Amino acid sequence: MIRFDHVGKTYPDGTTAVEDFSLTVDSHASVVLVGTSGSGKTTLMRMVNRMVDPTSGRVLIDDEDVAAMDPVKLRRRIGYVMQASGLLPHRTVAENVATVPHLEGVSRRRSRSRALALLEMVGLDHKLGDRYPSQLSGGQQQRVGVARALAADPNILLMDEPFGAVDPIVRAELQKELLRLQSELGKTILFVTHDIDEAFLLGEKVVILKPGGVVAQEGTPSQILADPADDFVETFVGSGRGKRALHLEEVDGRQVVVDESGRPTGVLHAAPESRS
Amino acid sequence: MTWILANLGLLGERLLAHLGQALPPIVLAFVLAIPIAKLANSRGWLRGGLTAGAGLLYAVPSLPLFIVLPIVLGTGIRSSVNIIVALTIYGLALMVPSASEALRSVSGSTLQSATAQGYAPFARFWSVELPLAGPALVAGLRVVAVSTVSLVTVGGVLGVPSLGMLFVDGFQRNITAEILSGIVLTAALAVALDLLIVLGGRLLLPWAHSRTGGGR
Ligand SMILES: Nc1ncnc2c1ncn2[C@@H]1O[C@H](COP(=O)(O)OP(=O)(O)OP(=O)(O)O)[C@@H](O)[C@H]1O
Ligand SMILES: [Mg+2]
Repeated sequence: MIRFDHVGKTYPDGTTAVEDFSLTVDSHASVVLVGTSGSGKTTLMRMVNRMVDPTSGRVLIDDEDVAAMDPVKLRRRIGYVMQASGLLPHRTVAENVATVPHLEGVSRRRSRSRALALLEMVGLDHKLGDRYPSQLSGGQQQRVGVARALAADPNILLMDEPFGAVDPIVRAELQKELLRLQSELGKTILFVTHDIDEAFLLGEKVVILKPGGVVAQEGTPSQILADPADDFVETFVGSGRGKRALHLEEVDGRQVVVDESGRPTGVLHAAPESRS
Repeated sequence: MTWILANLGLLGERLLAHLGQALPPIVLAFVLAIPIAKLANSRGWLRGGLTAGAGLLYAVPSLPLFIVLPIVLGTGIRSSVNIIVALTIYGLALMVPSASEALRSVSGSTLQSATAQGYAPFARFWSVELPLAGPALVAGLRVVAVSTVSLVTVGGVLGVPSLGMLFVDGFQRNITAEILSGIVLTAALAVALDLLIVLGGRLLLPWAHSRTGGGR
């Protein structure tokens, strides 16, 4: 469990990135922070692994204040995935995945075989293990980033716009893959994005942030969709008068879903086997 | 040609002496420049000062420096310590700005990602930042090596044995073959060191040479 307890952050240059933020991320839950650029998402996320120390309040992991923990050890037990994958360009893919085991002194052979298994787990051919990151596509690099974050089998995964830099099709694949992994592994995930669709897809709980880390609304996707807290949320979610207000029209005997501006967006089928 | 054949022993000796004076300053300048550059990068004002200072240093004419330095160091004018210190200073004047640039060229987000994985500060410097600055450091080292090899010849004017002495002596005694062999050997030594550095770079930084997108 991660708990933000009235945290605030003012950077040395005087920028207040976060004013007063509180949130609890339950164990094995996935919570998505979503908000416009500069709303303090990365700042909040980095408070968890102490890459940023809050200037007020505290962050607790399983009721223990992270400020009292050794930052290097703390980071090794928290998986971190970032936007540009952040892979080390001078290490092969397998070496990258094995970064934390290697730092922890696990033997080269054991960490390598674990790395190759992890590659398969995130849907990559283990033959890619001997390439350098620059020899992979952006989507493959992101998968490697996820594999690396999982290598030490951490309880917590921090993901900072991990799929922000890939095309929509690959992004959709990666999102699906993450959902699958999460259903198998049950990590505690804190995920940051500015894509509301991604937030609703991946988050059991979604937190919509305004600049300054101000919580505009916090809830399940359906709560937020059904009952947006204010105009800001409504605009952000686009549910007011946008693509989410859908209705049905019958065309050639089939039910076509049409959005507010009259554009067809899909065809209605009978409900599939439910997912939750 | 006959002069060369008759003096092979002398040429070999001068070449070795030359190498002996060139290598220590090259290595020293490289090894010292990295911590200096690292320190300079962490303090904005120091970086500006050092880069400007390095430029000025390089503008100091070498012959006067070779003559003044022994007074400061208390060594003899023909001592190789004198030469090595002077050339290390020149080497630093080239290498510090280039190392500073090299370290600054390492992507900040890669470094942050290394921190996030749990690299302790020194480990991050040693096994991430330094290797990633490697290709640019190698480029700087090549310039230092070539420049040092050619500057060693100045010592010849002062009577410190090196390939430089061959052309001083050749001029005085009017032996064209001796002058030419001095020049050619100096150039050959510079090229050889340069090649070695390039090769060393390839061996140590294999990733820097596999930037293609395809498999292998
Ligand atoms: N190291 C820093 N020093 C000073 N100000 C900073 C620093 N890091 C972030 N900020 C500022 O804090 C605010 C929040 O930044 P943060 O990176 O947390 O936003 P974000 O929500 O992650 O944005 P994005 O979606 O663009 O990644 C911004 O105004 C930013 O300029
Ligand atoms: Mg961010």
